[in-house]
Amino acid sequence: MHAIIAVSSEGPTLGDAVDPRFGRAAGFVLVDPAGNVTYLDNGSSQAMAHGAGLEAARRLADAGASVVLSGVVGPKAAAALKTAGLTAVEGFDGRTVGEAVAAYRAGQAG
Amino acid sequence: MAMTRAVKKGLRLAIASGKGGTGKTTVTAALASIWSQALCRPVVAVDCDVEEPNLHLFLRPVIRRAETAKLEVPMVAEAALCADCAACRELCQFGAVTVMAGKPLVFPEMCHGCGGCLAVCPTGVLVAGSRELGRIEEGATETASYLAGRLRIGEAQSPPLIRAVLARLNKVAEPGADVLIDAPPGVSCPAVTTVSGADAVLLVAEPTPFGIHDFELAVEAFTPLHKPMAVVINRSGPGTPELLALCRGHNLPVLAEIASDRTVAETYARGGLLHEAGAHYRAVCFALARSLAELPQTAREAAHA
Repeated sequence: MHAIIAVSSEGPTLGDAVDPRFGRAAGFVLVDPAGNVTYLDNGSSQAMAHGAGLEAARRLADAGASVVLSGVVGPKAAAALKTAGLTAVEGFDGRTVGEAVAAYRAGQAG
Repeated sequence: MAMTRAVKKGLRLAIASGKGGTGKTTVTAALASIWSQALCRPVVAVDCDVEEPNLHLFLRPVIRRAETAKLEVPMVAEAALCADCAACRELCQFGAVTVMAGKPLVFPEMCHGCGGCLAVCPTGVLVAGSRELGRIEEGATETASYLAGRLRIGEAQSPPLIRAVLARLNKVAEPGADVLIDAPPGVSCPAVTTVSGADAVLLVAEPTPFGIHDFELAVEAFTPLHKPMAVVINRSGPGTPELLALCRGHNLPVLAEIASDRTVAETYARGGLLHEAGAHYRAVCFALARSLAELPQTAREAAHA
């Protein structure tokens, strides 16, 4: 897999919990194919009254992510991610970011 | 009484409250029913509580006409034309239009209808479409003209429909008619939009802890609109002195006090009107109508005092 994976996260590390929200996630942990971890803060979207998911989707597209792992992605954010060519996978809440990435990669490999 | 003066323009009164269930509709319906008799002037009763209109339950108007109200929203005409300039996205404060990977995306349900994106799009990729807001109903009772908005189920914004109802009002109200507008509860956009379209405000307040708290919010929200404002206390009780003191502090006249009276409650529960609850309430309603007709005048005099 040569994709940058973005995971909605409650904190900046692989050990932090997956944030079940997409648009209003605290931030996103980005993992590139070489295993480098970066963090995108999403605080400004959290405060938006509307369109938080759109803002987050654009931020991830600009960061070059091609896969998004989250808990639940709202319908507008899902449409925006799809338009930008990103794949969104839901249902990773309850895990850490590291576990989510590993689970996703295992699924891809299998 | 200033009845000898030629009435050019009628009074446009919003009946509002912070808290819901304080008696806005009770007061609006009673006033609409006795207004013309009390003041010899035509009156229009308007229900702007478009999310849950209920004035008709008391006034039982005959609906003559109903039309669909729409809001102009952008539509993508030809996605390939998009210059990816992001002018629309930067302009829209509501996330209703965005550009992802050079493709324009419109979320019509988020649009507030300002038309800005259509104006700034350089390539014509965005064109005017429409979103259905709800219905506007027009009719009459034996004593008043009637106008109401009813929000489409699934529509998230009521202010655009409220504005459409108020615009329609300008077409249907006969010259010189007074207008009584039943406002939505609360102090957010729907209530402020309604009150902004009026030239005086009647706050219906309830002397309970919740009622007093929300009454203060309402005063705070509507005072900056600089409209003459007065108060009716409904279900008056132990909290009334506190409410009266607040009104004095804000320099708000209290035009009527309706007791917490079982007769009133029973009348209301039958779908009856306040002035039908007895001779006393009939007198209260007539006196209230007359004080309200003088309210803009009274407020002007108070301001210069």
